[in-house]
Amino acid sequence: MGIRERLSGNEAVAYAMKQINPDAMGAYPITPSTEIPQYFSAYVDNGEVDTEFIAVESEHSAMSACIGAQAAGCRAISATSSCGLIYMAEMLYVAASDRLPITLAVSCRALSGPININNDHSDVMAVRDAGWLILFAETNQEAYDNYLQAMRIGEAVSLPIMICQDGFITSHAIENIELVETEKVREFVGEYRPKHFLLNPDEPIAVGPYSTPVYYMETKRQQAQATLDARAVIKNVAQEFAAMTGRQYGLIETYQMDDAEEAIVIIGSSAGTAREAIKQLRRLGHKVGMIKVRSFRPFPVEEIAAALQAVKAFAVMDKDDSFNGHCGPLFAETAAALYAQGISGPKGISYIYGLGGRDVRVESIQHVFSELEKIAQTGNPGATYRYLDVRE
Amino acid sequence: MSHLAKDMTASVTWKDITPGGVIFEGGTSKVVETGDWRTVKPVLDSSKCKQCLLCAPVCPDMSIPVDKEGKRGDFNYFFCKGCGICANVCPFGAITMVGDDQ
Amino acid sequence: MQDIIEIRWHGRGGQGAKTASLLLADAAFHTGKYVQGFPEYGPERMGAPITAYNRIGSERSTVHSNIYFPDYVVVVDESLITSVDVTAGLKRTGAIVINSGKSPSSLKPFLKGFEGRICTIDANRISEEELGKNFPNIPMLAAIVKVSGVVDAAKFVQDMEASFRHKFASKPQMIEGNMRALKRSMEEVREV
Repeated sequence: MGIRERLSGNEAVAYAMKQINPDAMGAYPITPSTEIPQYFSAYVDNGEVDTEFIAVESEHSAMSACIGAQAAGCRAISATSSCGLIYMAEMLYVAASDRLPITLAVSCRALSGPININNDHSDVMAVRDAGWLILFAETNQEAYDNYLQAMRIGEAVSLPIMICQDGFITSHAIENIELVETEKVREFVGEYRPKHFLLNPDEPIAVGPYSTPVYYMETKRQQAQATLDARAVIKNVAQEFAAMTGRQYGLIETYQMDDAEEAIVIIGSSAGTAREAIKQLRRLGHKVGMIKVRSFRPFPVEEIAAALQAVKAFAVMDKDDSFNGHCGPLFAETAAALYAQGISGPKGISYIYGLGGRDVRVESIQHVFSELEKIAQTGNPGATYRYLDVRE
Repeated sequence: MSHLAKDMTASVTWKDITPGGVIFEGGTSKVVETGDWRTVKPVLDSSKCKQCLLCAPVCPDMSIPVDKEGKRGDFNYFFCKGCGICANVCPFGAITMVGDDQ
Repeated sequence: MQDIIEIRWHGRGGQGAKTASLLLADAAFHTGKYVQGFPEYGPERMGAPITAYNRIGSERSTVHSNIYFPDYVVVVDESLITSVDVTAGLKRTGAIVINSGKSPSSLKPFLKGFEGRICTIDANRISEEELGKNFPNIPMLAAIVKVSGVVDAAKFVQDMEASFRHKFASKPQMIEGNMRALKRSMEEVREV
């Protein structure tokens, strides 16, 4: 019935890696994900795993090593943050188009500049179109649980997958966690038996060949299909995971949405803070709720549209600004999802919040809901592009 | 669905193309004609050729076959791109470059 | 007791306030509680003021922000009380525990009119006397446990002894020293 523990988010992910015992890790340290390869290299050194640990000189090389290892037929993993993630960017695209189900743990951190080591989502959002599946976690527990599900998902559709959590906020905070017994983890994750791989002497293959205009678009269309197919896979794997642990996951999680008139759409650790804000507001009779996005890639178009269709007003919370002069990336995709589903009733606004570690408080979220109530009452959204908790 | 290179033609659909464009055979260059990139071609005058074999190793496309007795044969025009290096190195004037339509 | 107790630690980089907050989380975890222990991170510099936090309760707190209205404040370095607003947001029903050889009443003038309990413990002296080194961590941890009652005191002493026996298996004198420091701190903490 699970193992009661207390671990930081980084410790939890490193522990999941140890339980899975993958074949290869290519990694280069960067705050705040450094602890992940640090703990894992100790497991390697102590002989607790038989993973080949490849210490490299940059994140670009870390991802290149993973690509080589995964193509060869291995389960390859890495971990990174911030500038490290975007330094990998070139190889992230290659991993996805080569259809290599590498697993990458990301402890999200702001991009420079100004130089900053604290949390926001600008790193992951910068590589959101690289073709990777992207799951976000609210807690250390979710980071661990998502990691245990990652390889099942990625390998089923032959796509690489990022398991993201908020740097420092969950990566460095000790909290209670329920671990799964290692035998159960290994049974759940299973062995990696790719159909085709480079080191198969019976089937010589060439990976990553040049693709002329005659083939490039067909290759990309097929890659897009894999992303679409991942939607059902994520749900199925979550169902199996729930049967093992009792913990439920989907593409999104809705909280108090049944009769909600105002709602926020949010990603990551601040969903927990929003949960408390909503609890308090509900006690005062406010009909408020939350949609937490777990799967950012694939984007849960139908689920979000269905959850938002009956609200009067909603705010989409972005820990990143697209600098397009009108909204954050999650707002853009949420609005597009509503339009695609033919929903135009709810008034929506975009909030940029929590950049570079700006603390997100219960009061911050309550302020958003008070603004939404005004919008719901007047029907006038006012400025739709706003910054939260910024000194005016 | 076939994974063979010969089936990855210009009419292959997105459903049938190999994932990531992986090529599931070795030596697939054998089926791709590159000789049609040629505008001029080398022609061998056997009466002048002394079988010195200076030409064969310098051919970038291995289009000058050498048999077991160590004698060169005629050019492999399926791959020869007409670069002219062979004509340049031949000390006996046995190779001349001519228009490909001749 | 309220559901979730919130504690804020003030220390200096390298002094171990972060470690102490994690040890408190550990101690509370072992008594069956839900815990959070986390420092506020920045560019880390030895000696610079740092802050760490604990949330401890019989139910899980989902909040992931820093703590602005703590029930308890622990000050690991006395000199911080003049440079950092250590009582900011501290609840009147709560308490502040300061590492100092001075009496609580003599520190009151520096605490910006804080009306709750003020406690002092000379953790540096206890540490010097019992361990021969300045490791104020363990005495401060013991003092906050005693003052807050957030962890059952007897259970805490038991757990810490077990953890020292594990940690210092090869240095038995450290077990005794740490246990004496811990118990003395729980007895010697003064309050007004």
